Amino acid sequence: MSVIVVLAVLAIVVWLVIAPLRHGHDERAELRAASEREELEARKEAKYREIRDAELDYRTGKLSEADWRALDRSLRAEAILLLRRIDDAGVS
Amino acid sequence: MLVAGRFLLIVALVVALYGVGASLYGARRGNRGLVDSGRRAVYAMAVSLVAAFALLEAAFLRSDFSSELVATHSSTTTPTFYRVTAIWSSQAGSLLLWAMLLSVWSSLVLFLSRKRLREIAPYATAVLCGFAVFFLGLLVFLASPFEGLNPVPAEGTGLNPLLRHPSMMIHPPMLYSGYTLFAIPFAFAVGALITKRLNADWIRSTRPFTLAAWGFLGVGVMLGARWSYTELGWGGYWAWDPVENASLMPWLTGTAFLHSVMIQEKRGMLKIWNVSLVLATGILAILGTFLVRSGILQSIHAFGASTLGTPFLVLIGVLIAGSAALVIWRADDLRSESRLDSVFSRESVFLLNNLVLVAMCTVIFWFTFWPLISEALGDERSVGPPTFNSWIGPLAILLVLLTGLGPALAWRRATAANLRRSLTIPVVAGAITAVALVATGIGDAKAGLLFVFAAFSVAVIVQEYVRGVTARRAMAHEAVPVAMVSLVRRNRRRYGGYLVHLGIIVLFVGIAASSAFQQATDVQLRTGQSTRIGDYAVTYAKATSRVVAASNGRLERIDLGAVLQLRKDGRLVDTIATKRSYFPSADPSLGPVSSFFEGEATSEVGLRAGGLRDVWTVVSPSLEELRPLITKGDAVFAGPGAKISAQQREEFLAATLKGLTDSYTRDPPAATFRLIVSPLVTWIWLGAIVVLVGGLIAIWPGPRSSQRMVSAGYAARLARELGRA
Amino acid sequence: MDPSRKRTIRLVVALSSALLLATALIYTSFTASTETKTPSQLLSAAPTPERSYELTGKVADGSWEREGAVNTFRVRDRDGTASVPIRYSGAVPDPFREGREIVVTVRRQGDMYVGERDSLITKCPSKFQTQAPRT
Repeated sequence: MSVIVVLAVLAIVVWLVIAPLRHGHDERAELRAASEREELEARKEAKYREIRDAELDYRTGKLSEADWRALDRSLRAEAILLLRRIDDAGVS
Repeated sequence: MLVAGRFLLIVALVVALYGVGASLYGARRGNRGLVDSGRRAVYAMAVSLVAAFALLEAAFLRSDFSSELVATHSSTTTPTFYRVTAIWSSQAGSLLLWAMLLSVWSSLVLFLSRKRLREIAPYATAVLCGFAVFFLGLLVFLASPFEGLNPVPAEGTGLNPLLRHPSMMIHPPMLYSGYTLFAIPFAFAVGALITKRLNADWIRSTRPFTLAAWGFLGVGVMLGARWSYTELGWGGYWAWDPVENASLMPWLTGTAFLHSVMIQEKRGMLKIWNVSLVLATGILAILGTFLVRSGILQSIHAFGASTLGTPFLVLIGVLIAGSAALVIWRADDLRSESRLDSVFSRESVFLLNNLVLVAMCTVIFWFTFWPLISEALGDERSVGPPTFNSWIGPLAILLVLLTGLGPALAWRRATAANLRRSLTIPVVAGAITAVALVATGIGDAKAGLLFVFAAFSVAVIVQEYVRGVTARRAMAHEAVPVAMVSLVRRNRRRYGGYLVHLGIIVLFVGIAASSAFQQATDVQLRTGQSTRIGDYAVTYAKATSRVVAASNGRLERIDLGAVLQLRKDGRLVDTIATKRSYFPSADPSLGPVSSFFEGEATSEVGLRAGGLRDVWTVVSPSLEELRPLITKGDAVFAGPGAKISAQQREEFLAATLKGLTDSYTRDPPAATFRLIVSPLVTWIWLGAIVVLVGGLIAIWPGPRSSQRMVSAGYAARLARELGRA
Repeated sequence: MDPSRKRTIRLVVALSSALLLATALIYTSFTASTETKTPSQLLSAAPTPERSYELTGKVADGSWEREGAVNTFRVRDRDGTASVPIRYSGAVPDPFREGREIVVTVRRQGDMYVGERDSLITKCPSKFQTQAPRT
């Protein structure tokens, strides 16, 4: 019984580890570009969350309307910049 | 089986080594094939370790005593439920569990993130494989769980009866899951530092795993506390034991990180602080694993002097030095992007919260290691629980205040008007509580202050929920329950977090009340006698006794117990049963009857848990008056009675023991009782459950479709504004 | 107040608080702690009466006696025979047994060492040398 288990495990291990070794070229430039795109995406998500959080803060009374509108405007401006950078990154 | 198991461990070790090499080399060369192979090496390691673990569990289940581990930690009378858990009551078995959980959790995380963080992931994989190499090295060379026994014994030693509690099944796997899960953000932080990618993407990916680790570790800690309270005979849930402290420290720094990382997300501040917290948390998790098994500190958990201390110390030294070097190397890339706007802001409260949590961790760390430090300086000294309490108490009180203040303030800057709007009701709630407490003459000022702050903070949280629901209804015109659900669904992090805060407050209130207002007494009673404790009159009503056989017919233990009656104002309120179980010793020099009273004894706590207070008791029967009977019983078996068959022997023994226990019930001697009345202990467990639920809500991924809809909506609006601007 | 001055003030406040805390911590470590001693250490250096010590060692075989709620036993060095007599009132922990390693806070009273209530910790034995299985 144990022998079967061991053999099965060995087979799985070898297959898992060997299979990907066929592909192999230098992807460093692609990876860098992908990382920068993902970074921008993450920042965009965070920025959207900030915008929604600010609105929720206003609606639950932690921000006055004037304060909120100012904050909202600047956050959206930052978001627009991010969208622009994302578009640029997509194009290049 | 033993050879197979050892072979599988070696396979896992080799694969882990390959994983380190392939990941690092693949990262340097940008070679996707090697990187993927390195990642899959982690999966392969998991497969091998799960198989090894399964083989060992199978041996336990069929009581295969050719395995030393099985023979020394289980027996044929051990219930199946506890045979499965016996594996991690041993040094080698618990290491195997740790390694297996590390490989499984790492596999899960690496699989889920395989398409993202592709620059960081290989380095993280290398670090995780590095940890695996260490633990597997221990398992293969120093503490093998697959040692054999020759000759094969007919019966095992059995599981330590102290560990027979359902919490003991879950406590170590939970704790180890917490520890191993904290290794993952550590690994990704190292990778992020090496690749200089320490920003929003790193945060977005690291946070869920940190939250999961935090959750598991928290559950592990609470289960340990509950086990201590309901199973051990001392009536407390926390002793500031080094091993308890070791599990709490990474949880504290993890909590700090979960808060301060929000500041980095919003303002690009505290980068060095955050990465240091993550690294420290990982190191503390390894330290915790080390403390349990090193024997360097006096602890109820200690494994005793063991050979594993030195390798662990080396590992921890390497981790600390390496982490410091990495942070210093990348210090330039970790500079803050902005500054704190105002002292009156949510950021400021989060910063203060961080300082309090780190202060708690520092204090606990210092006092826990003081014996070692003082020994190096001269005389070994140690501090006890009262010292811990006097430091952690005030910090905890401050923390309760902050859990309410944080949600009440806005980000960046809170104006006077905002403060008024947000804090008026909570301050009033606190004031009313203060007046009520003073009026009813609360004895303990520190507890009182905590209650006042608790009232304040609970009011803030309730206010937040109410205002949130109101706002939602104003926008979407939903009924209250629907509005509540959609509010929470759309803002899981915030409202899950508020629920966690509520749970923590309830928990702290429970701790404060049960510590400050506990009444305890040790008293010796004969049947019919009573004593007073708190509002109760407690009567020792009758003695109980029982001889218990296991499912296979072998005699397992003797129970000697008591039934107590609780009366309040003369009226019978409840009866509590408690007992002491005596398990036989394996020492062959003892007579068969006395071996039952020279082995392990455990207390079955009698507990009446209530919403407002717990009544807790254990009994210590006096064995003196049974001694003559015990000696007589031994003599019977030593004489001509020794020439009977094993089966008849068991039967005679059972009959003798029954005679003994019947005599105990007929004419019970005095017994010593420890009685404790503690207020609000149940609130501790309830608070912990609320924290868990809140954590689950916070970690649950938001509804995908609504996220995309929101994104599309904003993008459209922004695009429109883009055109206008 | 210009921002850099604000920052300096914050830094000074933070550092001073940290220093204060550290000093208080170290002070407490010395005043609130008890010295840890083994039985041979207690026997060799005459201990100050009225001063508490944390005694670590093993419960000597054959030395445990109970009279009602009062336990008397001897504690010996982990690897040695030097032992001291202890009197301990109250319930002993469940794992307490002769031959087990314990930690207890004691104070000298005459020839005996009296254990502080609830200070007796017995080390969980399952990780020590396990008993030989029955054959």
